[in-house]
Amino acid sequence: MMANLPSSPALRRTLSLTPALGIIGIFMLIPVGIIAVFSFLEAKSFGGVVWSFSTDAYVQLLYERALDDSLILSPGYLIIIARSFLLAGIAMLCCLVVGFPVAYFISRQPLQHRNMWILLITIPFWTNQLVRTFAWIIILGRNGIIETPFHWLGILGSDDTLGLMYSNFAIAVGLTYTFIPLMVLPIYASLEKLDFTLVEAAADLYSSKWEAFTKVIIPLSKPGIIAGCLLVFIPSLGAFIQPDLLGGGKNMMLGTLVQFQFSTARNWPFGAAIAMILLAAVVAFLMIYARAARGQQKMELH
Amino acid sequence: MAVSDQITPVATKAKKRRAFGEVPGLGAVAIAFMVFLYLPIIVLVIYSFNAGNIVMVWTGFSTDWYAKAFANADIRKAALNSLVVATSATAIATTCATLAALALARGGSFRGKGATVGIITLPLMVPEIVTAVAMLVFFSNLGLSLGLGNVILAHVTFCIPFAFMPIRARLDGMDTTLEQASRDLYASDWETFRLVTLPQLMPGVLAGAMLSFVISMDDFIITLMVAGAGDTTLPVYIYSMIRQGITPEINAVSSILLLFSIVLVTAYWFTTRTKPDGKNH
Repeated sequence: MMANLPSSPALRRTLSLTPALGIIGIFMLIPVGIIAVFSFLEAKSFGGVVWSFSTDAYVQLLYERALDDSLILSPGYLIIIARSFLLAGIAMLCCLVVGFPVAYFISRQPLQHRNMWILLITIPFWTNQLVRTFAWIIILGRNGIIETPFHWLGILGSDDTLGLMYSNFAIAVGLTYTFIPLMVLPIYASLEKLDFTLVEAAADLYSSKWEAFTKVIIPLSKPGIIAGCLLVFIPSLGAFIQPDLLGGGKNMMLGTLVQFQFSTARNWPFGAAIAMILLAAVVAFLMIYARAARGQQKMELH
Repeated sequence: MAVSDQITPVATKAKKRRAFGEVPGLGAVAIAFMVFLYLPIIVLVIYSFNAGNIVMVWTGFSTDWYAKAFANADIRKAALNSLVVATSATAIATTCATLAALALARGGSFRGKGATVGIITLPLMVPEIVTAVAMLVFFSNLGLSLGLGNVILAHVTFCIPFAFMPIRARLDGMDTTLEQASRDLYASDWETFRLVTLPQLMPGVLAGAMLSFVISMDDFIITLMVAGAGDTTLPVYIYSMIRQGITPEINAVSSILLLFSIVLVTAYWFTTRTKPDGKNH
């Protein structure tokens, strides 16, 4: 096979960047741009938009229109937004509290064992999220694995349930379960690089274990902790599968609300507005992270 | 002499570090964590062998549900769609990502390089649900209905960054002296690429392709929004089954899907680990 590559390096570079940039540009940037525009249009009944500028979609988040056309403050959607941030925050904290000790434990193992542990943590992460989430219905659900012993022991009547499923609790479990590898892996990466002689130095200088932990280990693994928190928080905030399968219809989050607006309620501008709020939140967190990471880099250079 | 000098302090250091750095009970936490991580998968697989048709009530061992799942024409169709989409999306995304990674790693510096990387990794940052509805609106407004083609285009878009990252990492870690030597020996650019760069890059390309494939096979929410009625993939089909109530048949299909990913990821892990590192040849 013979091919003549373009001789100009700039032209060659442009040509080889075109497919990737073109595809992402057309099927991602433009669609997200369209969503941004749609969030400022009027809704057409049964889906679609009317091309006239309107901030109704954003107003609808906070207010309800009464019969006489006056606006009444309505907390319904604010509750969904608050629930999303709260559950994402809880999932993040649970992941951190469980993930840090696990990451620390693995980083203290001999190299051969470390790789095995990391493989075991990575495997579930690459398996189907939907399937792994729905398995929790069998565990938490009515007559599920957790309830069965209560029924056997007669603590619960045969028609009673602990009510674990279809609750905020179930969503938090699902989010923690799904995203915890994203907490363990970056913290592990930080801890593995950590120069342990610094901890020994702290010991030599009569620091207690707790002091060595809070003053040496935590500050040095901070990049991993921050990255892990972000990697758990961001996907949790926009999660769809977990609130949809484990939360039931009542416990909506931003992700399920967006999907609901586009598939069932068919109010596209409103769905687009919520999608924009979600996107804005994610961008804000990423920017804070980028700034923190830059600060960290500066510190390391000095 | 230098070697023996080094061994002793390192060995004592290791001992000392154990003593101070060890926290009792952490092993138990780690094992409990593993149980938490694998419990749902194990439960799912065990209950897929339940003879009865109510998932939660164990009535005996049976492989009937697997036979049923395999005999179900809709499941077979969905599985085939999944494989077609994942294979096409992987091939296209990996090609685009390889070209882009080469341009960025070997094309010198140029204006907008940071922005280019930003756009390529964009699908990783935008929440999936936002991508999903954006694509839905885009395709429906354009009136673009290519059947499975829409799904493939959507998958290519979010697979590109997953393919890009390992390829770019491999390129950055590669020594350029061989490429220079090849050019010094009057090989054309194309020959250098085909005979020197590409063979060295292959492990990165394979890693990227494998990530794309797994990501595409597992995608649910974007496919749900983009796919037409007849173009369901396996995860979307499983979702519609769950909505109608959980049956052991879903467990059987899900177990197969899980096993498929687990085998792929494990195989990938062991092949990349036994291969010599690109840095030392």
